[in-house]
Amino acid sequence: METLAHQFDDVEQQREASTLGMWIFLATEVLFFGGMLLAYSVYRTLYFSAFAEASRDLDIVLGSVNTAVLLCSSLTMAMAVYQAERGNVKRLVRFIGLTMLLGTIFLAIKFYEYYEKYKEGLIPGAHFTWHGSDADHASLFFIAYFILTGMHALHMIVGLGLMSVLAILAWKGRFTPAYYTPVELGGLYWHFVDVVWVFLFPLLYLVHRSS
Amino acid sequence: MQSGFRLFPEQASTLAPQVDYLYGFLIAVSAFFTALIVVLIVGFAIKYRRRPGREAEQVETVMGLELVWTAVPSILVLVMFVWGAALFLGETVPPKGAQDIYVVGRQWMWKVQHPNGRREINELHVPVGRAVKLTVASQDVVHSFYIPAFRVKQDAIPGQYRTMWFQATKPGEYHLFCAEYCGTNHSRMGGRIVVMEDIDYQKWLGGYTDRTPAEEGRDLFVQFDCVSCHGTGSRQRCPPLGNLYGKQEQLNNGRSVLVDEAYIRESVLDPKAKIVRGYEPVMPSFQGQLTEEEILALIAYIKSLAPAPSGEAKKVQR
Amino acid sequence: MSTEQIVETREHYLNCAFGWKSWLLTTDHKRVGLLFLISITFFFFLGGAFATLIRLELMTPPGDLFQAETYNKLFSMHGIVMIFFFLIPSIPSVLGNFLIPLMIGARDVAFPRLNLLSWYLFVIGGLLTLCAIVAGGVDTGWTFYTPYSSLFSNGQVVLTIVGIFIAGFSSILTGLNFIVTIHTMRAPGLTWFRLPLFIWSHYATAIIQVLGTPVIAITLALVAIERLWHVGIFDPALGGDPILFQHLFWFYSHPAVYIMVLPGMAVVSELVTTHARRRIFGYKFVAYSSIAIAVIGFLVWGHHMFVSGQSQYASMMFSALSMVVAIPSAVKVFNWTATLYKGSISLDAPMLYAIGFIGLFTMGGLTGLFLASLAVDVHVTDTYFVVAHFHYIMVGGTMMAYLGGIHNWWPKISGRLYPETWARVAAVIIFIGFNLTFFPQFILGYLGMPRRYHSYAEEFQVLNVMSTAGASILAVGYLLPMAYLIWSLKYGPAADANPWGATGLEWQTESPPPTHNFDVMPIVTEQAYNYGNASPSVR
Repeated sequence: METLAHQFDDVEQQREASTLGMWIFLATEVLFFGGMLLAYSVYRTLYFSAFAEASRDLDIVLGSVNTAVLLCSSLTMAMAVYQAERGNVKRLVRFIGLTMLLGTIFLAIKFYEYYEKYKEGLIPGAHFTWHGSDADHASLFFIAYFILTGMHALHMIVGLGLMSVLAILAWKGRFTPAYYTPVELGGLYWHFVDVVWVFLFPLLYLVHRSS
Repeated sequence: MQSGFRLFPEQASTLAPQVDYLYGFLIAVSAFFTALIVVLIVGFAIKYRRRPGREAEQVETVMGLELVWTAVPSILVLVMFVWGAALFLGETVPPKGAQDIYVVGRQWMWKVQHPNGRREINELHVPVGRAVKLTVASQDVVHSFYIPAFRVKQDAIPGQYRTMWFQATKPGEYHLFCAEYCGTNHSRMGGRIVVMEDIDYQKWLGGYTDRTPAEEGRDLFVQFDCVSCHGTGSRQRCPPLGNLYGKQEQLNNGRSVLVDEAYIRESVLDPKAKIVRGYEPVMPSFQGQLTEEEILALIAYIKSLAPAPSGEAKKVQR
Repeated sequence: MSTEQIVETREHYLNCAFGWKSWLLTTDHKRVGLLFLISITFFFFLGGAFATLIRLELMTPPGDLFQAETYNKLFSMHGIVMIFFFLIPSIPSVLGNFLIPLMIGARDVAFPRLNLLSWYLFVIGGLLTLCAIVAGGVDTGWTFYTPYSSLFSNGQVVLTIVGIFIAGFSSILTGLNFIVTIHTMRAPGLTWFRLPLFIWSHYATAIIQVLGTPVIAITLALVAIERLWHVGIFDPALGGDPILFQHLFWFYSHPAVYIMVLPGMAVVSELVTTHARRRIFGYKFVAYSSIAIAVIGFLVWGHHMFVSGQSQYASMMFSALSMVVAIPSAVKVFNWTATLYKGSISLDAPMLYAIGFIGLFTMGGLTGLFLASLAVDVHVTDTYFVVAHFHYIMVGGTMMAYLGGIHNWWPKISGRLYPETWARVAAVIIFIGFNLTFFPQFILGYLGMPRRYHSYAEEFQVLNVMSTAGASILAVGYLLPMAYLIWSLKYGPAADANPWGATGLEWQTESPPPTHNFDVMPIVTEQAYNYGNASPSVR
């Protein structure tokens, strides 16, 4: 049963409020990532060849695998909401668990990529070593890469935390077909993080790969 | 320089009276509307003050009034916009034949160089009645070159060139201020603009035996071996630079670019940014090897190049 | 039974629970509002102390009171504290938090715990910034222009940025809470066009808070990253662009000024209607103008960059749009003035503040047109003209509205009446002190005195001395309300539910309200400000 918070008149109102709240929060996230994406777009326009060269240094195989992993995790998340709607607690927990597993795989691959970049000397800053010609502007690409994917990874970690809370609550039987709003809202957040990656992947990994 | 209390700055450039007219219009409009609102409010506060036995009368919204006081301000701001924009466009394009002077700002001084080589620090001597075009650069942080008496101001951005121009109308001395906060001695980064009669200005300039920026530029051109690619001759594999300044250059992506100070600077520091049509991207970058003033000297040299004959580039003009 | 006894025996939100925990763990929007009131008052006086020192230095042309670097820190900290830790939270987090649920007939905001979190984030951000101040402060100006802030400044840039970053989340959460509350929790019958205009303006403010603040967050984060790890995002020597910083910074910081002024307008709409006992003239126009200001306000940021080398065409677009954004503000001023027509005007302190706002905001707004006008802006940008312009709006505008609002709703908040004569005297002192402080600065700006100047040219002294004299009067004006409002908590006469005889749901419950706001859920059947049909004045 859904507990009605004291400020609301009925569960309908409570649900409406929490859903609207989540959407607005996601809007703030769009602006947050948007600021960095704007900086990226400006520099990419100014220094396209450096960005293209730097982008080729990213591991497209790992990036593609990660994209697939994350898209699957959105599927499992959607399945989790589906199961919650039907009151299948065991399957709900399982799908949340799968989502978390896929999210963890994503992060593991990401950190492996970071480690590779570290070994290649591509962390911007004092120890940045660039084999190509335009080190300064290539450095800008990697700054954008690390900040964008780093912020994204941070949001994934928060997402994993959210998922574990949802899993525990689901296990305890808190969600029923009449009340599974937190699962829905958690799903919204997870899908958002996925969508951000869907933008980041082509922008970072697929700059001028065709040549 | 003006000391003593003033309410209005001096007008010492061709632009100043024009800006002051617009300012006057803005003040008139502002004073009118401020007075109108104040009179109405004070009038209403007195006439409709709370008194026993008198209730407030509710007044319905009058659409016509709403439209009027939306439309009238709209028209007024349109006038303000057009007037301001027209004046602004005029003040951003220097007239042809304007005298070139280079300004480099750094914490916390202005370094000025005249084309004949004469240098100044925190001072700028200019002739009266002639258009002067300043190319403004910064060596470190953002500064701003501000001459209140001329009503002109231009930020000096590190890594980029900006230009501004003015034509002084009255001999005298005027304030030069830095107008973009730049650190500890921002408020001391100023000096004076000295406007002189043309004869005096020539005297002040002349008899000066230091090297011109263009001569320095030629030396750098040789020292950094630009001449091996950009010199004329059968081995030419780089765009020729004779009589290039001010022309349109065709790029390999179909676009064209105006060859101005900013383009030359970019070509020296970031040659791969724009490739001239028909040439390969083989020019190395000189980022970190030249100071702002040395780049300005190179630019002065390239400006001075006469049309390249089949032989060597002509000697630098004095 | 005397009113004194009623106040003491009835339970309300202030006496329902005592002790630290009941305040520090409260989820009551009214108590959260008071927590904010105390915190921002502290920051106001801190920022005011910096201002006092600035004006003392500027009495004489040479920089003889402080060293240059100290002075640079003073104006930077004045701006940072006043903008991020006073003005932006002020009306929304104090009056908005207290009044919005009451005005719409709700028991609380949509997310009471987020509301408390918002206060904690504000306090943490504020404490970090205080640490930065104590540890030496920053000298970058509140605008943090690169590359000075990222590469050259020797101050506590990163620590200050972290403080502002965290406080930014406070602003975002407040905005989020308001939008959801206003959308989903209005009382039965309270349609959008029956809402008090206070709500409309706060709604518009909340949109800006929610959409704009994340951009300043990432922008300042990038400056911190550049400083900490020597990467060149805005460093020209490493291919970065200092102008990119300016675009990103002003994309938030221009809408931020509307976060600061729209709530002031919200208050003025209420003060004018209440104290003239008149329905607002042009309700829909005033309502829509708030939304228009919020939307257009996002499109004008480039007017801070007319001399930075921005393309002429971009500058023209920004100039035109900046002119356009003035129109909805003008519409409001005319409608407020028309609201006074044939009213029954009581010149008590809230009305004095409201009138002060209308006059001073008009002047400040009109001088914004000077700055929007390209050719004039080239001359006056980065001078004291700009300083005068924004102080007219933020101090002559928002601050006066804030004080007017505090006075207007003081009976509701505290259950006490403030001493009217003292309040009127303070309002007049503030008005006079304000004008004497800031009007000379318009003249200084056109004369060419740049801003952020520690020492200045001799001929600017007379006007600077006038300005400092005004500031001393202003300081007295601000200290007075502190004194008598606190005094009134113990000695002020008890207030009944509706001392002004105003419309509005907040006046239909007791002063102070019970924790759950309303004993009976209100049902709304009338338009807002339904004077003339309402019951006779209680006063």
